[in-house]
Amino acid sequence: MTTLCADPDEAVAEVRDGSTVLVGGFGMAGMPVQLIDALIRQGATDLTVVSNNAGNGDTGLAALLAQGRVRKVICSFPRQADSWVFDGLYRSGEIELELVPQGNLAERMRAAGAGIGAFFTPTGVGTPLAEGKETREIDGRTYVLEMPIHGDVALIGAHRADRAGNLVYRRTARNFGPVMATAATSVVAQVSEVVEIGDLDPETVVTPSVFVDKVVAV
Amino acid sequence: MSTSEKPLGTQPLGKDEMAALVARDIPAGSFVNLGIGQPTSVADHLRADQGVVLHTENGMLGMGPRPAPGEEDPELTNAGKQPVTELPGASYFDSAASFAMMRGGHLDVCVLGAFQVSAGGDLANWHTGAPDAIPAVGGAMDLALGAKSVFVMMTLFAKDGTPKLVPSCTYPLTGVGCVDRVYTELAVFDLRPEGVVVRETFGTSYDELAARLEVPLLR
Repeated sequence: MTTLCADPDEAVAEVRDGSTVLVGGFGMAGMPVQLIDALIRQGATDLTVVSNNAGNGDTGLAALLAQGRVRKVICSFPRQADSWVFDGLYRSGEIELELVPQGNLAERMRAAGAGIGAFFTPTGVGTPLAEGKETREIDGRTYVLEMPIHGDVALIGAHRADRAGNLVYRRTARNFGPVMATAATSVVAQVSEVVEIGDLDPETVVTPSVFVDKVVAV
Repeated sequence: MSTSEKPLGTQPLGKDEMAALVARDIPAGSFVNLGIGQPTSVADHLRADQGVVLHTENGMLGMGPRPAPGEEDPELTNAGKQPVTELPGASYFDSAASFAMMRGGHLDVCVLGAFQVSAGGDLANWHTGAPDAIPAVGGAMDLALGAKSVFVMMTLFAKDGTPKLVPSCTYPLTGVGCVDRVYTELAVFDLRPEGVVVRETFGTSYDELAARLEVPLLR
């Protein structure tokens, strides 16, 4: 059952200290900025954040990092022209980084959401990012074992929701939203509009309501 | 004399000419991913009748060029987070599907930049290994081993004059044995099981290249 929240503060009220938080978005496209701002007000700390990037400029994820509330970032591409908040924390040793190839990042969350215990992937074999991990040769090709990433909470941005919690996305803002929605115990989606049940064409629903716990229009 | 009038082969290629050469060699109808940086410029040289469909790792096939000023959409961007457009026949999908396209071998060609490529096709393009550098890998490792053909665009020599086509990479690897062809301003190389084959030279000769590189070359 999906809950419609009155505002982003209500939507993130139950996030606990020490949580693993999956944060949607590729750069700013699809980033749930209002949910992150609410999380900053809410106060949860000692967080592990899983996201493709590690924040842009001074808003959204970067603002959460700047507040000292994130212990560890699991991401594929922290270094960007405008990632000065992360860069400073990393260089001063104030934040831990687990660097994951982008496809492995998506697949590790997909595995968590699909009930897969672990999987063998060719990505990263023979590189520093596979060091110390189990490998196996299958049909003449070498693969590395990767473990699922499960979130306590996922904060994602979508385009529209219906009151049942079905989600549709818009253009390349979809990115990590659908896979993160499957991989967390509690999934919170911010959308630009909530419509009545029946107003979304079922053929176009990308994230079915079963994955979504809370929806808030921003 | 404009670059377009310069006879190919007698001088080193400019960046635009390299991009045009790569575009020429992409088979018609291919699904192609162009990496961040110089490879992105290959798109400017693809002919409409080539029917090439561009993939972007953040979840789109059928990516079009940069929009006119004022028509940018923050929810329509490429892997470099720059605004792009949507061509007729485009599709959107999530990150897991996007990387399944790469890893699953569904893309025909990807074009990547590189710090170093080894004679055996190892690629180093994500990290210099410098202690103060912040590592970032993005989709490079998935792309490098997923596409059916992996093309690299790079200068043949680093700023300090050392070759970037090497017997063995000294920078941290992106992928092992994954590069098929290397485009440089001086020559195009095919990396084959039997060795490094010089396909074309520009403003240099096979013998000059053989003298300057530590990797054995084949004609």
